[in-house]
Formats: sequence, structure tokens, C-alpha cells
Amino acid sequence: MPAAAVLSRRRLPLSDVRRLSTVGLRTRKLRAGLSALGIAIGVAAIVAVLGLSASSQAGLLNEINQLGTNLLTVSNGQNVTGGTAELPTTAPAMIGRINGVQQVQTTGTVNGANAYRNPYIPPVNTNALTVQAASLDLLSVVATSVAQGQYLNGAIAQEPVAVLGAAAAQRLGIDRVYPGERIWVGRQWLYVAGILRPAVLVSAIDSSVLVGYPAAEKYLGFDGHPSTIYVRAQNDRITVVDNLLGATANPENPSGVSVSQPSDALVAQAEAKSALNGLFLGLGAVALLVGAVGVANIMIISVLERRSEIGLRRALGATKGHIRSQFLSEAVFLGLLGGVVGVALGVASTSVYAHTKGWATVLPPEACLGGFTASLIIGAVAGLMPALRAARMSPTQALWSV
Amino acid sequence: MSGASAPLPDHNAAAANRSVTDVAAAPILEVDNVTKSYCGEPPVPALRGVSLAIGPGELVGIVGPSGSGKTTLMQLMGTLDRPTSGQVRITGLDIATMADDDVAYLRATRIGFVFQQFFLAEHSTVLDNVADGLLYAGIPLKQRRQRALDTLDLVGLAKRPHVRPTQLSGGQRQRVAIARALVGQPAIVLADEPTGNLDQATGHSILALIDQLHRAGSTIVVITHDHAIAERLPRTVGILDGRIVTDTGPVADTGSLLRPLAVVEEAPPPAAQAATGAPVHQEQPCLPPPS
Repeated sequence: MPAAAVLSRRRLPLSDVRRLSTVGLRTRKLRAGLSALGIAIGVAAIVAVLGLSASSQAGLLNEINQLGTNLLTVSNGQNVTGGTAELPTTAPAMIGRINGVQQVQTTGTVNGANAYRNPYIPPVNTNALTVQAASLDLLSVVATSVAQGQYLNGAIAQEPVAVLGAAAAQRLGIDRVYPGERIWVGRQWLYVAGILRPAVLVSAIDSSVLVGYPAAEKYLGFDGHPSTIYVRAQNDRITVVDNLLGATANPENPSGVSVSQPSDALVAQAEAKSALNGLFLGLGAVALLVGAVGVANIMIISVLERRSEIGLRRALGATKGHIRSQFLSEAVFLGLLGGVVGVALGVASTSVYAHTKGWATVLPPEACLGGFTASLIIGAVAGLMPALRAARMSPTQALWSV
Repeated sequence: MSGASAPLPDHNAAAANRSVTDVAAAPILEVDNVTKSYCGEPPVPALRGVSLAIGPGELVGIVGPSGSGKTTLMQLMGTLDRPTSGQVRITGLDIATMADDDVAYLRATRIGFVFQQFFLAEHSTVLDNVADGLLYAGIPLKQRRQRALDTLDLVGLAKRPHVRPTQLSGGQRQRVAIARALVGQPAIVLADEPTGNLDQATGHSILALIDQLHRAGSTIVVITHDHAIAERLPRTVGILDGRIVTDTGPVADTGSLLRPLAVVEEAPPPAAQAATGAPVHQEQPCLPPPS
């Protein structure tokens, strides 16, 4: 068959396909740019959401590390009858003798005492505050500090004086400390000495009104039993100390003691995916979909507008396959352009936001790779139908019905 | 390839290479009892049995009023469409037996088109417009551009290869389009109303260019509605209502006037022959494109 001899090559070399794929872009820059923008926004949204959540997680973990992961808390659990198993008053001293323990501080819940702004507040409005007797070096152990005023010291721990946790101050409506300021606690006025900063590791401190041990016993009828013991241990001995704490704190009833490591819970919390991430990823996916529709739309219009070009190319010897691959590669190129711009935008917004928050910029590689891949696939899918249309167009119609 | 060719200028050598299939001047293009009907109720007949043979080196005008079927004939001759019945052979190859992709490659290598509306790509340079004429023939970009530059020289535009078509006059644009049709050294060039969008003076200059290319050996068919143009061409085929009504026949072969279907058996007319040299060819009816 003579025709076989005619055929030498049919496929265009890749360099020609690449040149052809940018024809539409070069002729109609604004339009191509806008249609790529749709995909860019979608990709940017997805990359930014993944990048921001990774960066904020890294930031939080970093913060937790700075606060120290060597804090252990010992609190009173329940005894066999279901009542509270009080920790012995000797427990802090016993724990302090465990090899590897650096610091021991305690708080003791003052049962039956509630804190109010003044005596006229109805007793049921407790604001979910607890009144705690606190030891004098508590702040360094729970990694917080005084925001205003001062903390308890040996002298004022004897007096009817309270220090408010961050949340407690807010709930009582106290935003600053001034001389003579007082709150009503358990039928007794207590003077406010200071307000604390939020304690990230131990949020129980935030909603507490802290009073010195001697004062709590003298004015509020506190029984002197610590309810929570905060222990800082040497990093390399945390596990050992952890195992010994229960039996040491309450040798008679070790099972009535609950020991925990607050940083563990926070780390778990930080690593848990935020529900909002799903929402934003969904929004990003919707933007991508809209972008894909935009590209498909532009490509269809482009095929209609470029009838004469299609006809001419057919006359110059292009096969249907050549036309198809030209328009398909143009759509893929638009998609890829959107993907590159989108990933760049996503990375830029992530790093700007992380920078303002003081976090390290963390970008999951799968976010960037996924962005590129998604834009590539979207371009191909969006361009498929227009490309098939262009290839189906008969050269005579394309050339003689303009 | 054509060892017996007389010494020729550059582009004429190419032209001689091109007219390779005419063992004893076999026709480059044959249309044999072709009909074409367009879909409709009832079907619309555009061509009702047309037969025509065009030999190498001919310059033929196909003339007819609008609706006569001349554009349909051009589409069939250019293999852009397939006939309802009858045969179309380009350099001896029967289109009906070839797959679409093979026909496309045939167009890429053996047929050049010139259109009334030029159809130039405005965003790319004149050089690249011409070079695109070789895109689908599988020739590397660098070579395409070099050959485009040579062909631009042929149409008198070699000085401004890097301007855009929008910076050119209508006549210059049509010259670019003609260069694009010629760059692949096709066996035949089909020009559809090449002067239709041009004023008279420019139109004449384009016709002069076509004549010059013809003298250099190109086989050219000009489709026009303008009898004044057609009558200036060596051979005129009149078409009306889908039938050929007149054919002045191949110029050198006076006997063929009454036998328009006859295969041209002689070499091109002496004038053309002087320009092209006597083509000497292999038996093989189909050759790879000149490279």
C-alpha cells in the first residue's frame, strides 16, 4: 500500500507541543491569566490551610517544649467507697526525697469556699472558680508568672490575701490590682495581691483563687491536705519518678492517687487535627472545582474562537490527534500555571502568617506536591472535552464558515 | 534525485525535486467522476460528476460564480473533505484508501493552501508563520525556520522576517501566506480567491507572484469567481452548477482540450520545462518528502 510509504512521523516532538500549548496564552494573556487564577486560588487555599495548621502545630509544640515536658502532677483520686482519697500532708515532703525530683509545689482545694466579687452576689453564681491554698513557689513549677501585683510570699501567706488566676480575674471582673481591692470568699473579705498570666500547662490554676496555706487554714477552715502536687523531675528520670509517685504520695492507698503529665495531653491536643481544617480544605476544593470549570469554559470558548486556526492547522497537515493534543496541553499548561502560582501564594501566605505569629514555617511536602498534581489533573480533565471538540471539528467547516 | 536536471537556481532545484511522481508526466492531481452532496432534506448536490487532471508545472484557474461548487471542488482536491462518490488521487495516491491521519500527512507534505483571508497567526512573527507550514511534516524547528527564510526570499519578504503580520499590508500578508504554502515544497498549491481581499493593484502583484512561482516550476490551482483573473492563467476550467462546463486544457497539449479527463502524457509546456528542467523520475509513484 503506497500510503504506508508516505508515513514517516505523526507525533509532534515535545518541544513543538510545548510551543503550541502556549499559543492561547500568548494571544490572550488576560483571559488565560484569569482562568488560571481560579485554580491558583484553590491551590493556594489548600496549601495555606495545610501549611498554617502544620506551622501552628509546630509553634504550639515548641511552646510546650519551652514550658517543659518534665512536669508531673499528683492529685487525689478516689477511694474504694467512691469518696475523695485525701493526700497525706506528708506527701510533698516524701515526694521531694525521690531521686530526680527537682521541685515540689502543692495546691489544696478549700472545700466549701467560693469566691465572689462582693457579698451581694447570689451564692449560686460561683463562676466555676475554686479556692485553693497554694504553696509559695508554685509559679515557676507550673510555668506561669505574675501579670500584675505580686504573688504570695511568706508574709502575706499568713494574711487574708488572694492571688487570682488569669481566668478567675476575668470572671470576677477584675482587670487591675489596686490597694484595698478585695473579694468575698467564704464569709470573709480577702485582699487581692496580684493577677497571674495564663498557665498553659496547668489550666486549673487559671480558674483558681489562690490563698496561702496558713491563711486558708486560719480564715477559710481549710484542712491542710494538699489536693494536687506539682512535681518537676529531671528529664532523664521522668519515667522512674512517674512510677514512684503514687506509692510515695500515699503509701497506704497508692491506687487512690492519680498521676499525670500535663504536657502529654497538650501535645495530643496539638496534634489532633482541627475540625476547621476540614472546612477550609473543603472550601479550597470548591475553589479548585470552580477554577476547573473556568478553565473548561475558557477552553470551549477558545476552541470556538480559534476555528480558523484549527482549520488552518488541519490544512497544514495536522491530524485530529495533533489538534487534540494541542488543546489538551494548553489546558494542562493553564492548570499547571495556576498550580505554580497557587503553591507560591500558599507558601507566601503561610510564611507571612507564621512569621507574624513567631512560628517556624512548616510546609508539608504533600501539600505542595498535591497542589501541583491536582492542578495538572484538573487542567487535563477540564481540557479533555474542549480538546475532543476541537479535534472533531471538520476542516472545511472550520475554514469556510468563519 | 533528478540527475538529468539542467542547472537551475536554488528554488528551481527544489521545484524539480518536487515534481517527482510524473513518470511521463503523470498527473499530480486527478479528480475522477467525483460527486459531493451535503446532508439535508433532500441532500444538496454540490458536485455532480467532475473529472479533472492537473499535470506537474501547470497553472490552472478554476472559475465559477458563487454556489457553482468551486469551493467544494477545492476542498476535495485539497483532501480536506472526502467525495460522496468518485476518486481523488494526489500524486497517484487514492484518498479513499487512506486513513485520515495518512491523508493529513499527505497534506502536510504534498499540498499547500492559500486562502482569501490569509489565516496568519497574529501573535507570532512572519518567519514563524511560514515555518508553521512545515510543523506537521516532522521537521525540526531550526530547519523549519531556515527553510522559511529561504521561502520568504522567494516571495520578496526576506528583509522583515521578524515583524508581526499585523504590521504588514494585505498584499504582504498574502505573500506570507503563499510562502507558508510553498515552504514544504508541495506537489501542488491550491489558492482559494487569493486576491479576493486585496485591491486591484495588489491583486495583480499577487498574480504576478503566482505566475513567477509557476514559471519556477510550481503546480498551482487558483480558484476564483473572477473571469478576468482566470483568463490570464494558462489553463482555465469553468465550473457551473457542480459540473465542469469549459476547460481550455493543458497548455502544451492542445489535443487535450476536448479530452479534459485524459491523463496528461507529455512533459510540462516548453516554457515551464525551460524553467524546471526536464523532470527525471523513479518508477516509484510515491516518495518521501524532500528533506
